[in-house]
Amino acid sequence: MAGPHIVMAGLVPAISIRLCHARTNVRISPVQGHPCGERARGGVNDVLIENVLNALAAGLIIGCLYGLMCIGLGLIFGIMKVVNFAQGELLMLGMYVSLYLVGVWGVLSLLGPAAPFVGALIAGPVLFAGGALLHRLLLTRVSGLRTAGLLDEGAFGQLIVTLGLSLILQNAGLIVFGSSPRSVLTPLAARAFMIGPIIGDATLFLNKARLVACAVAIVVALALWLLMERTRLGKALRAAADNPVAATYMGIDVDRAYRIAFGLGAAITAVAGGLMATYLSFTPFVGLDYVIIMYSGVVLGGMGSILGAFWGGLTVGFVQQCSALVLPPQLQNAAIFVVFLLIVSLRPQGLFGRSAERA
Amino acid sequence: MRAGTGPRIRRDVVALAVCALAYLALCALVRNSYYQLMLTLVPIWAAMGLAWNLISGYSGLVSFGHAAFFGLGAYSVTLALVYLNLTPWLGIPLGMLVGAAAAVLIGVPTFRLRGHYFALSMLAYPLAILYVLEFLGFQEVPLPMHRQRPGLFMQFTDPRLYTVVAVGLLAIAMLVSIAVENSCFGLALTAIRQNELAAEAAGIDTWRWKMRGLVVSGAMAAAAGGLYACVLLVVTPDSVFGVLVSAQALVVTLFGGVATVWGPVIGAAILIPLAETLNARLGNIIPGIQGVVYGAAIIAIMLIAPQGLFWTVRDLLGRGTKLPLPLREGAGGRGPADRTHHCPLPPAPSRNGRGGAAALAVRNLSRSFGGLRALGDVSFSVATGEILGIIGPNGAGKTTLFNVLNGVLTADAGQAQLAGIPMLGRKVHQISRLGVGRTFQVVRSFPRLSLLDNVIVGAYGAGLDDHAALAAATAALDAVDLGRLAARHAGQLTNKELRLMELARALAGRPRLLLLDETLAGLGHDECDELLDVLRRLRQAGMTIVIIEHTMHAMLRLADRFLVLDHGAVLAEGSPREVIENRAVIEAYLGPKFLAQQCSV
Repeated sequence: MAGPHIVMAGLVPAISIRLCHARTNVRISPVQGHPCGERARGGVNDVLIENVLNALAAGLIIGCLYGLMCIGLGLIFGIMKVVNFAQGELLMLGMYVSLYLVGVWGVLSLLGPAAPFVGALIAGPVLFAGGALLHRLLLTRVSGLRTAGLLDEGAFGQLIVTLGLSLILQNAGLIVFGSSPRSVLTPLAARAFMIGPIIGDATLFLNKARLVACAVAIVVALALWLLMERTRLGKALRAAADNPVAATYMGIDVDRAYRIAFGLGAAITAVAGGLMATYLSFTPFVGLDYVIIMYSGVVLGGMGSILGAFWGGLTVGFVQQCSALVLPPQLQNAAIFVVFLLIVSLRPQGLFGRSAERA
Repeated sequence: MRAGTGPRIRRDVVALAVCALAYLALCALVRNSYYQLMLTLVPIWAAMGLAWNLISGYSGLVSFGHAAFFGLGAYSVTLALVYLNLTPWLGIPLGMLVGAAAAVLIGVPTFRLRGHYFALSMLAYPLAILYVLEFLGFQEVPLPMHRQRPGLFMQFTDPRLYTVVAVGLLAIAMLVSIAVENSCFGLALTAIRQNELAAEAAGIDTWRWKMRGLVVSGAMAAAAGGLYACVLLVVTPDSVFGVLVSAQALVVTLFGGVATVWGPVIGAAILIPLAETLNARLGNIIPGIQGVVYGAAIIAIMLIAPQGLFWTVRDLLGRGTKLPLPLREGAGGRGPADRTHHCPLPPAPSRNGRGGAAALAVRNLSRSFGGLRALGDVSFSVATGEILGIIGPNGAGKTTLFNVLNGVLTADAGQAQLAGIPMLGRKVHQISRLGVGRTFQVVRSFPRLSLLDNVIVGAYGAGLDDHAALAAATAALDAVDLGRLAARHAGQLTNKELRLMELARALAGRPRLLLLDETLAGLGHDECDELLDVLRRLRQAGMTIVIIEHTMHAMLRLADRFLVLDHGAVLAEGSPREVIENRAVIEAYLGPKFLAQQCSV
């Protein structure tokens, strides 16, 4: 969505129409067709079974990537309690870091087919540094201990700052990267493992690029989980999340813990972005579409739980892909929100959250 | 309207009239249709900001989904015109009805959620509608032209007329907001923002007030959306349901200042022209630079004026008593300062059901948390006018007992009756209305409201009207000797004053039963004595009190009877002497030293 549309959304009709087009470009494509195209053999039943199988597999694979993306937001949201609207832009930056390393500058071309995935992993440290810097310069002024005792915990200030940040990053991205859709090319994207025939004539097609991306996502998620559960740093982060003031008394540098949390959150989301860049095309405004998916995942999983965020993201990806079986493509995202609202109204604290208010 | 708000309402309405006339005069001078469009959009977005402010600003329930109402308004007007040939003059009211109905449908499931969960769930509604509309093929709906009767169909040839309509809409939205802000509606929402459980325990039906707030807000946002469609003559799902519309409402309000009618107006008046000028001047040179500058501008203002422009400027101008209302006028005339110790209590509790029935009768009350039995078969009763002291070690279930009795927790089994009326299974505010006042272990105040307003919340909770509420609150403050501090903010009070304030808030609801949870905790010796005096006076006036307390020497001077809880069960019950000599109680709670001390005294 080009321009300063926060205020201008549709000031002139022409703008809105252009926005529409911009949107459709970046929307996630439905379950991507398998490379074999039409297959003459097999009855209606086999086609149905095959579609279901492939949708389930795609749901799991995309879901893992969404899961990783949600963990990034979950770290920031869960530990700092800050609603970060710029998270989608961190995802976008991860995509472009990978793109520049792999495609534009070609510094990773020696690595061959592995280059896009290494590029995605490198996006992590880059965005960690960027995120930590952003926190130090900006977010620390409106969050953390500074706002701990205030009414609403300073939430209103955080909203404006992260919205402003999101606008700046989107539009700076537009200036630097241009508005045409890009993607990180990998030969693996056009290849698939064929498994089967499994039931009857139904065959499972697993896109190689997505499968590798999914595997990397799971490894990164596990590594982060170990970091949070097994290390001193993880313990400090969790303490700062639970009760920042008490953590301060225990000698934890809460400001530093938040800075690390923000950096880590940015890094993890950027890695997810880099991995997703291998199978979809993106523009500097891609973040808008995903920030909402991320929040759905994190709220679904329950705030403050790494595992919860992953499962939440997985659920969202799964619902999105599987809804393609029964719903027209335009309604896939609507399905996410309906499922989201259903789960949240049944379990207001999220799938893995706990509610703990005392009178 | 609440007592004492008259001058402020007059001031706001006069300021509104002056601003509206000045704005219209400015518009009359502008010929350029591009600038005129900008002038039309400022009041529309200001009205949208007011709608958001009405629920999110006052009650603190941040909504990221106000585009749902805005978009429903816009599409209602458009589709009614396309399919029913209904003029927008009727279409906008129709859209407001749709917006209000949507608010009910959205509020029912979403009000179960708290804090960030509420905010983010609201995000889902406009987006779900957006995708459905795209699917149904309403990507871009132009409003059909009615050239022969432009006025009737709100299709003016002179663009200035759109501005007049928009200013009219904004004026109505502001008057509604002013009315809400200065009534018990606004006070209820403010109390919810500052401490929802305290408001509920004071008898405020928080769910209903939030719902009312969302309905009014939804209708207002729909009206803004409807007019927006008329001005632009075309609607697309993205332009009216998009995330940016919700963000717009939020940004103009936060920028200008939340919880004031002027905030959204100031925000829209600065930001809309700023963004548009940036777009026109810079956007053509380097596409995107305008967004960067705009983003930087709102961040910079937020860092300089974190509360929003209105509040920061007002603080700078030093009209800084920071009192939301000129309260002294209402309360001060009664001269509460010199009425200590002789003041009458709030109207005596009603005595129906006194015929033999205990004020409170609890039978076999049980409550477990998972495998932990916090309360097991607890039975006791309290006679009218009696003070029952509940003691017991930490974790004995004392506070859980209160939480079950006033509806914060549900009971697994058992019964409780207030003067013969069953209490269990009701909501917190309903129990408060039955006549149960409650204070909390950790004081729950409304820190940014004045002491008097804190107490008035309790009076509104009992269903009193504006005048009666003021009278009851003043009397309750006098009853606890706090009358002289009525105008002070709760955030500035000492611990003792806060404890008394909570007591007064409970009293203002004219309870028949007070549940006091460690009211003496953290008080010094003299402060403790003052509070004991207040409680004894309440008993003399016939109040029934159940008090949880750890300070045994204070309890021995106060309580008529003791109930000892241990591990969720009643360990002993009886007169103070019986209880402190009970071997089981000594073992479980008091310790042998205590008895030795008592004997030596």
